[in-house]
This record gives sequence, structure tokens and C-alpha cells, in this order.
Amino acid sequence: MAKGNHGVREPLFHISKRQESSLWLAIVVRLVAILLALIVCGVVIVALTGLNPVQVYAAIIDGAVGSSRRLWVTIRDTLALLLVAVAITPAFKMRFWNIGGEGQVLIGATATAAVMINLGEKLPAPALFALMIGASLLAGMIWGVIPALFKAGWNTNETLFTLMMNYVAMQIVSFCIVFWENPVGSNSVGIINSSSKAGWLPPLFGLTYGWNLVIVVAVTAFIYVYLRYSKQGYEIAYVGQSVNTARYAGINVKHVIVRTMAISGALCGLAGFILVSGAGHTISTTLAGGRGFTAIVVAWLSKLNTFTMMIVSFLLTFMAKGAIQIASQFSLNENASEIITGILLFFVLGCEFFINYRVEFRHRRREG
Amino acid sequence: MGAIIIFLQNAIRQGICILFGANGEILTEKSGNLNLGVPGMMYMGGIAGLAAAFMYERAVETPNAVVGMLLSLAAALAAGALGGLVFSVLTISLRANQNVTGLALTTFGVGLGNFFGGSLSKLAGGVGQISTAVTASAYRTKLPLLSGIPVVGDVLFSYGLLTYLAVAVSIVLSWYLNRTRQGLCLRAVGENPATADAAGINVSLYKYVSTLVGGAICGLGGLYFVMEYSGGTWTNNGFGDRGWLAVALVIFARWRPLNAIWGSLLFGALYILYLYIPGLDRSAQEIFKMLPYVVTIVVLILTSLRKKKEDQPPESLGLHYFREDR
Repeated sequence: MAKGNHGVREPLFHISKRQESSLWLAIVVRLVAILLALIVCGVVIVALTGLNPVQVYAAIIDGAVGSSRRLWVTIRDTLALLLVAVAITPAFKMRFWNIGGEGQVLIGATATAAVMINLGEKLPAPALFALMIGASLLAGMIWGVIPALFKAGWNTNETLFTLMMNYVAMQIVSFCIVFWENPVGSNSVGIINSSSKAGWLPPLFGLTYGWNLVIVVAVTAFIYVYLRYSKQGYEIAYVGQSVNTARYAGINVKHVIVRTMAISGALCGLAGFILVSGAGHTISTTLAGGRGFTAIVVAWLSKLNTFTMMIVSFLLTFMAKGAIQIASQFSLNENASEIITGILLFFVLGCEFFINYRVEFRHRRREG
Repeated sequence: MGAIIIFLQNAIRQGICILFGANGEILTEKSGNLNLGVPGMMYMGGIAGLAAAFMYERAVETPNAVVGMLLSLAAALAAGALGGLVFSVLTISLRANQNVTGLALTTFGVGLGNFFGGSLSKLAGGVGQISTAVTASAYRTKLPLLSGIPVVGDVLFSYGLLTYLAVAVSIVLSWYLNRTRQGLCLRAVGENPATADAAGINVSLYKYVSTLVGGAICGLGGLYFVMEYSGGTWTNNGFGDRGWLAVALVIFARWRPLNAIWGSLLFGALYILYLYIPGLDRSAQEIFKMLPYVVTIVVLILTSLRKKKEDQPPESLGLHYFREDR
């Protein structure tokens, strides 16, 4: 670096913000990132196992969509992930870092299971479902509102507060399992109402997960409209942009924070309902299965666009399901899916930089 | 008396891996980086240390405990730092969001740990349960002489090397942050990077170094768990939620490494308290297991209520710094 002696040393590269963002660039950069991630995953898989990566990817596709049953399981899990992602979106738009989705889902699921177990065979189906949905919404709402009240009142750090609430919820589930365990001593709840199927979402239009589809699509559409076209959605966006500006504009910021988290938490609770009533028909501490965390990544990568979320949730669920298949087919451990997901996320998170910024190297800059 | 001593010993054993994680995260957060990848980095450190010891013990006929120890220590430090490096490149250089990157790192690290933990024996040719008894025995060697003192020796000196290392790290970290010029610069970066930048401090360098070193320290927490706590074996997800407890401890200690020492003891005690209270049925035990989290929430609320300046998180925690964005 002889130039350093002259006092001014030109940096190797120069970063500047792109003035206008082009849709094409964004798509191309993301596709390249996904491709690179898949190549890196392939290299990792080969290095670890010595398997042929093409075979491995074929196994992933087979595992995710290989048969109609597998396809529906993938769709079911995509829907659950999508619902959580959609649920936390209003809070995110407000820049409220709700990483307590996991806990809100669990507590909603617990409320649903409580109704199913205690009243399942006593109430007629419509009343039972109304009560289950109501209980899950309410429980999730309470779980979301507690941190929001403290955030609104005393600016308590919501990231850490909601994170801790996850584990409190998890312990509540363990607490309930002690009373609900079936058979006694198994430390698990088993399939709830396995003979009467009371409180199980019935098939719709011949589709096993028809109701799941209807509920999730309805909520997704509602949130899309709510955030984009309603006055409250506008307020949320305002608070997210700048709290001070919002206050100046006469928005009651505290009120908006609590209201938004109530909606967010309630919808996470609804996801708990779907997971219990519409999918597993049981409850455990791992029911949410990290969806509360994955959903944050989904929402963020989609830039809070509800339609992009569908694609991202499908992609992530697809990889997860595929990796389970690799695990059984090549007798590996199913945690391979988390490694693949992690690498994929690193690349996609990193690629955003190249969409938003222009990197110019030294020689190019001198010509211009 | 005997029960109290055992309780204290177990509380300390539970506390140490949380203490490592908290120390690493305090250093990281002091630079303004909120790295939620702590659980991931701890898993990575744990599995790397275990894998290194495992490979070594299989490759050599008569493994030497000290060599195994050094190899696994180096591997754990490197793996933790690698996690910190991924986080740093993405958030500092590529300006990705810190929360999201941290969660992705946790997904990755936990998956990596469980994957190798479950597959290591299979990949090495099906030897069943992984065991690195020789290396683990080195980690579990108690202090000679001192551990022989009754009561005091049992409570204070009956642990392996890593336990004392954890306390030493806290003390060194506290001294570094509060008594050195570089520590002052680091705090300046975490509080207000723009001002630090204007004062001629290399903001990116400080963030990189502290996040990498912080990650390495977190890695030691995982190593402690697999070696000293579990005796050189791996159980999938056996590490549990200790990584998040470490994040909680950072808040509880109000970003001070010395507070983290007694905080870790308290967390460890709360974590196992349910085993020592007579007459608890299973349901009550589950309620008791909530305690560490509830206590953290209470501390979080109290610090925000009191608004004492020295108890607050670093001012720019979780925010990016781009010189051009001002």
C-alpha cells in the first residue's frame, strides 16, 4: 500500500445506497442467493456423508411432495407457519419485536386443549368450536398484551420480555400435561378424544385440512386488507416509522401498541387452535416447534408482504420436510433440516445487502 | 448440611454454562450487537469440542487427557467464534437485521449440534453412544489439595478447570470493560457509534472483535456442558433452554460481568430448586421451573421502571450503524 504514504488512501471498494430499486434485480439476486445456498448445502452434505448431492435433493423433493399424503402434510405445515407469520406481521410493522410467537401459540393451544378435554363430549359441535376458537384467541391475546402494556407504559424491552414469556408458557403446558396425561404416567397427553373425535376440525369439501386452508387464507386476507386499507393499519405503519411523528400527528401510540399486540397475540393463539384441533389433536411443549421463531424470519424475508410470506413459508416447510426424508432414507439425523434451513437463511439474509446497496471497486470508480 | 452442600454444588454446575453464555453475550452486546444466536453458538461449541475429543481418542491408541483437552478447547473456541463471524459478516458488513440473523444462527447451530451429536457415531462407523471418557476425565479433575478441605473444599474447590475459567472470564471482562482504554472505546461504540466514529474509533473493528470473542466464550459454555456436566457424552436437545437463560442472565446482571457470577448461581439454584423442596408434587414442580424466567421478567420490568442510567442496555443495542445513513 504505497499510496498510504501520500496521506489519502482510496478504499478498495465503495458502498453506496441504490437510488431506485429494480424488481428484476431483486428477483435475480434472491434466486442467485438461493442457488448458492443450495450449492453450499450440497457441498456440506457431500463433505459430511459422501452421498451424491443430486440424490439428496431428489430425496428432498420426494419427501416434501412425493405422494399426495406428503404433499398435504407439507401444505398443512406451511399453513401453520404462514398463520404465525401473518399473525406477528402487525406487530412487526409497528417495529415491536414480538419473538414470543412461540409462547402465544402454545398458550392458545393449551386453551384449545383445555376446552376439548373438559367439554369435548358435553357440548354440541358448533358451540364447542366457538368456545375453542374463543378460548385460543383470548389466551393468545392475554399473552401478547402483557409485554405490550409494559412496553407502552414504561418502554420495557419487548424482545427480551416476549422471549421469556415463551418459557413461562412452556411450563404452563408441562403443568397442564400433569393433569391431562393419558395414559397416566406417560407424561404426554396422547390423542385427545381419539374415539369421539370431538373438537377435531372435520374435513371440508373432502379435504382433510380444508378448514385449516379456509381459516388461514381468511386470516391472511384480513391482515392484508387491515394493514393496507384500514385506519388502524395506517396508524401501525406510522408508529413503526417514527414514534415521535406519530405522536405529533395525534396518534395515541400506547393505545396502538397494546391494540396491535392484542391482535397479533390473538392470531398466534388461533394458530395454536389450528395445530391442536386441525392437525395433531394433541398438545406438548414442542407443539409450536420453533414456528414462533421461524415465522419472524418468514415475515422479515417477505418484507411483511403477506403474499410473499406464502412462498417463503412453503419454501422453508418444503426444505424441512425434505430433510426429514433424507434423514430416514440415508439413516441420518433429521436435524439436517435445520442446518439446511440455517444456511439458506444466511444467504437470503445476506443477499438483501446487494439489492439495497451498490458496491463499486476502486478502479471502476476512477473511470466514472 | 450434606443436602445443602449438594444443592450448592449442583446450582453452581447448572450456573456455569449459563455464565459462559452470559459473559459472551455481555461482551457482544456492549458493542451494540444483540446476538440472539447464543443458544446456537453454545451448541456449536459443545459439539465441536466433543467431536474433536472423539476424533482424537479414536485416532490414537492411548489418548492423552491433556492433549484431548487442549484440542477440544480449541475446537469449541473456534466453533463459537465461527458463529460470531457468521453473525458479524451478515449484520456488520452486509447490514442484515440483527434479531433475524441471530434467530437464524440459533436454528443453524442447534441443528448442527443435534445433527452431529446424533450422527457422529454413525458416521464414524457405528460405535454406539459417543463417549470421550479420557478427555472428560481431564475436565472433571478437581483441584488437588484444596478440594480435600471439608465443606469449603466441597462447595468451592470441587469443580473442573472450566468452572474457574468462567469466573476468571467474568473478572477479566469486567476489568477490560471498565478499566481499560479499549473497554471504554468498546462501550462508546455500543452506546453511540456515530460519536465513537467521529472520535476516530474503528467501529466495525470493535464490533467484529467483540462479537467473535463473545461467540468463542459462548462456545465454552457448550463445551462445559458436554465435558464437565455430562462427562463427555451427547444427548440431543439435552442442552435445553440454557442458551436463552444466558440471554436472560445478561439482563438480570444488568450488563455487568461481575453481577453475572452471582446471578448465574441464583439462576442455577432456581433451575434445580424444585428437586430440593420436599413435598412438591409433579405439577408444583413444573410451576417452580418457571422461576428463572419469571425472575428475569421482574428484573426487566423493575429496571425499566426505575430508569437508572447505569442499568440500561447499551443505547444502540440492536441497531445498525452506517456512517452514510446519518
